Amino acid sequence: MKTQFRVAVVNREPVRDPARSLRRRRYGEASTAWSYVLPSVAIILGLGIVPMVWSLVLSLQSSDLITPAQWVGLKNYETLSHDPNFRAAVGHTLIYTALFVPLSIAGGLGLALLLNRKVRLIGLYRTLVFVPFVVSATAQGVLFSFIFDSHFGLANAVLHWFDIPAQGFFADKSQALYLLVLIALWSGVGFCVVVYLAGLQDIPAELVEAASIDGAGRGATFRFVVWPALRPMTVFLLIWETLQSLQVFDMVFVTTRGGPLESTTVVVFFVWQQAFEVFNAGYAAAGAYVLAFGLLVLSIGIRLIRRGDERKVSRR
Amino acid sequence: MTTLPVHRRRRWLPFSPWHFVLAPVSLLFGLPLVWLVLSSFMSNAQINRFPPTIIPHSLHLDGYRYVLDNALFPRWFLNSAIVAVVVVIGNLVFGILGGYAFARLRFGGSRALLALMLGTLVIPFQITMIPTFLIMKDLGLVDTLGALMVPSLVTPLAVFLFRQFFLSLPREVEEAAWMDGCSRLRTLWHVVVPMARPALGTVAVLTFLATWNDLTWPLIAINNDHNYTLQLGLATFQGQHRTEWSAVMAGNLIAVLPVLIAFLAAQRTFIRSLASSAVKG
Repeated sequence: MKTQFRVAVVNREPVRDPARSLRRRRYGEASTAWSYVLPSVAIILGLGIVPMVWSLVLSLQSSDLITPAQWVGLKNYETLSHDPNFRAAVGHTLIYTALFVPLSIAGGLGLALLLNRKVRLIGLYRTLVFVPFVVSATAQGVLFSFIFDSHFGLANAVLHWFDIPAQGFFADKSQALYLLVLIALWSGVGFCVVVYLAGLQDIPAELVEAASIDGAGRGATFRFVVWPALRPMTVFLLIWETLQSLQVFDMVFVTTRGGPLESTTVVVFFVWQQAFEVFNAGYAAAGAYVLAFGLLVLSIGIRLIRRGDERKVSRR
Repeated sequence: MTTLPVHRRRRWLPFSPWHFVLAPVSLLFGLPLVWLVLSSFMSNAQINRFPPTIIPHSLHLDGYRYVLDNALFPRWFLNSAIVAVVVVIGNLVFGILGGYAFARLRFGGSRALLALMLGTLVIPFQITMIPTFLIMKDLGLVDTLGALMVPSLVTPLAVFLFRQFFLSLPREVEEAAWMDGCSRLRTLWHVVVPMARPALGTVAVLTFLATWNDLTWPLIAINNDHNYTLQLGLATFQGQHRTEWSAVMAGNLIAVLPVLIAFLAAQRTFIRSLASSAVKG
């Protein structure tokens, strides 16, 4: 580094009018900038905006991706609204989301409060809670298909010790969807803990001390100091976890492939099946657009609520 | 936040009573992974009985032998590693260039372009996957590792994270180098990038996790089992060997181990990255 600066100083000497040379170098700024952003722009717009529009066109066509597509207008969307399989997929996705989101956030908050203390081994405890989050959905799916295997699985062995009859788990259509939520919680809670712990560590200690000097008990301190301070994290997690769970696919594909008896087909699984197994691409694109529309409405809705909140706070 | 000032109680234990809650809870999270490791070293005879062996008397390598003889796990491992390395490097290089341009350089339309790029952050993958597949097909990349690299070679998140980081750096250092006659690219490489260590770590970690763990896109883009990634290979292998649990768990451990090692080696970076992606999102 030092030598470089020395070279640079030597270079400067012959320049008579530094202002003019600077102006000349400024001139190239826009072209330099474009050459820097070009790869990103090409890939992000070319494989983001272009496919998005293409997909919209596709959703108005009947297409099997091989023979020429036919224009069908809104027929795909109309068919979707009557399709019992799609309605079931939407239903399963909503059940999954309605369970996973509040449970992961509440669980994450509880665990973060529990892990936010200075005791021995706390680093180890935190690591154990976080570590499932980096395990891929595929690996989780494979591992838990084994643990919940109805013949040789560990879960039934544990139930057996407690004299509880063996369960079908993934083979039982009334249990499979809830089991997926449980596994997603095992890995997903860690992320909420990471986010909440970061938030907890940002709360100034004086604030908590002041509250306790004012006579606030643990409950009151949590309610009036900690919980409001964690609000941005809660809103973020609410949006993030909802978007994630509405798009769940990998783990369903690995564990149940939508079964048993279609009890775990979720929206993305339906879309994937229509596009790449039945080759009903136009129909699949329409299904994807319904999902995207739902995601958009939801995230705008939550953002508006948050903005309303901020206004209320600033007025106070 | 520090813990609440509590009135001193008489200590009736040599350790904090919180361990009674903390230990079982964290064990609950750790046990499935312990079981993954244990069962990968068991024989099928030890596994396929009810109730299954919990603590094996002897360790076996049958599972690993089966996996290496009957599947392409080493090949898949290599594929995953190649794809992950290329995609991480791509995101670092193009993310730095794009992020720097958006943070420091003035050019017409930069605001609109940035807004458009950030807009693509919210496009769900499901609506782009079919046309992306068709584009990859037209480029002749379907069923090659290229199809797995190109679409994620740079992500709007990487560009955005670098832009935010560069905005937080003081301009003076760069301007000094610039005045001394350093070219833009040299300034970027020798002055800005060395200061951007935390952002480099964040982008590398988030990109590596997403790429290594992805199943959906390889499932769509790859047919030939020689070009599978580890996740796709594992999912397929499990589908075909439903009762060979020790082999399946051996394969599973192979697929998980790199991420686990990376996480344990760089835990701070991982956690900071995940938390910071939350605050920025």
